[in-house]
Amino acid sequence: MINQEKVYIDKKLEPILQEVPDPEIPVISILDLGVVREAKIEGDQAFIKITPTYSGCPAMDVIGDDISSALKKAGYEPHVKLILAPAWTTDWITERGRKAMEEYGIAAPLDASADKRALLGEEKIVKCPQCQSTNTHLVSQFGSTACKALFKCDDCQEPFDYFKCLI
Amino acid sequence: MSSKQKDSSFSENMIKYIYGIADNSLILGQRLGELTGHGPTLEVDIAMTNISLDLFGQVRSYFQYAAQISDKDVTEDDLAFLRTEREYLNVLLVEQPNKDFAYSIGRQFLFDHFHFILMTELQNSKDETLVAIAKKTIKEVSYHKRFSSDWVKRLGDGTEKSHQKMQTAIDDLWKYTDELFHTTEADEKMIEAGVGVDVKKLKEQYYKNVSEVLEEATLQVPDLKYFQKGGKNGIHSEHMGFILTEMQYMQRTFPGMKW
Repeated sequence: MINQEKVYIDKKLEPILQEVPDPEIPVISILDLGVVREAKIEGDQAFIKITPTYSGCPAMDVIGDDISSALKKAGYEPHVKLILAPAWTTDWITERGRKAMEEYGIAAPLDASADKRALLGEEKIVKCPQCQSTNTHLVSQFGSTACKALFKCDDCQEPFDYFKCLI
Repeated sequence: MSSKQKDSSFSENMIKYIYGIADNSLILGQRLGELTGHGPTLEVDIAMTNISLDLFGQVRSYFQYAAQISDKDVTEDDLAFLRTEREYLNVLLVEQPNKDFAYSIGRQFLFDHFHFILMTELQNSKDETLVAIAKKTIKEVSYHKRFSSDWVKRLGDGTEKSHQKMQTAIDDLWKYTDELFHTTEADEKMIEAGVGVDVKKLKEQYYKNVSEVLEEATLQVPDLKYFQKGGKNGIHSEHMGFILTEMQYMQRTFPGMKW
């Protein structure tokens, strides 16, 4: 998917931030999740701006702390700021992030109109990450965390999380 | 009036305006939190506490902003936990108890439809921070609204018993809907300044949207002449004291306690 927003990530900071995982989906880095909106260096100080996926996301505090400790370890004095605008969207998840999510067992978000049809139960389009079948149904619009919905596969019978689309 | 006085009266009204929006989410979030572990099914339990979490997240953004504006040395936690009952400006609707599942759903449904229109309009505010919060919030509220509307339809157009329970809940809660469209003095000042939303203008749209869902749910739209009000001016129902006792317990017992 195309990332419409311009994001500046300093080349030196990129490998450090790439190593910081989302605490709730540990296989995906915060860069691939799209929550890092800016990463700048001034002297020995690093300035990072992050934006929450959902307002009440409890992972944000942890992400902030994890970024700080990773930067400290690399010799920078960290300054992490939480920003609200522009609001995060699932379009900011990178291709690599979507892939990692699928392999981990979470169905990646569909585009907005397909997502709506899926969550309204109108169409069977969400693919089971276990057996790839689209013979699945919505169990609940709210799953294990604020950003996910709960689905069940009617072929392999496994329940799975679907990462909800947020536009 | 000196410009300093003007500034301080503006920020006082601004903070009151923020309370008027944020306290609804705070008190409803607290009510939903009471259902943790008590939802009728695991999925519904998780859904309602998820909504609670969204609401608390929004509250944090509002209160961080209000604390920043305030000329007193306060934090978001002080605003959430250390005000007295009269200083909370939420509507009466959100403090109503979880009598039964239909009641909790009815309360959620009647609030979500209001919340959605309010956040749609707040995006046109002249205040950048409120616009940012509204743009974030609207995405979450559209999920809440879908969840509560679906359940109203499911219960209303379900069995005889679920229909009757849903109708009773809507009939009981309807008297609290009119207050959503009242404005306080502070609200009016903020509307004048181009910051606040004139909720008086949202009333017609609200009742139209809500009635559409109720009709689809085979429920009667109540025909009521008299409504309850007070919360927006800090005059609450008896329930409020009990909510605050529970909510403020830790901060009152261990002042300044942090996670």
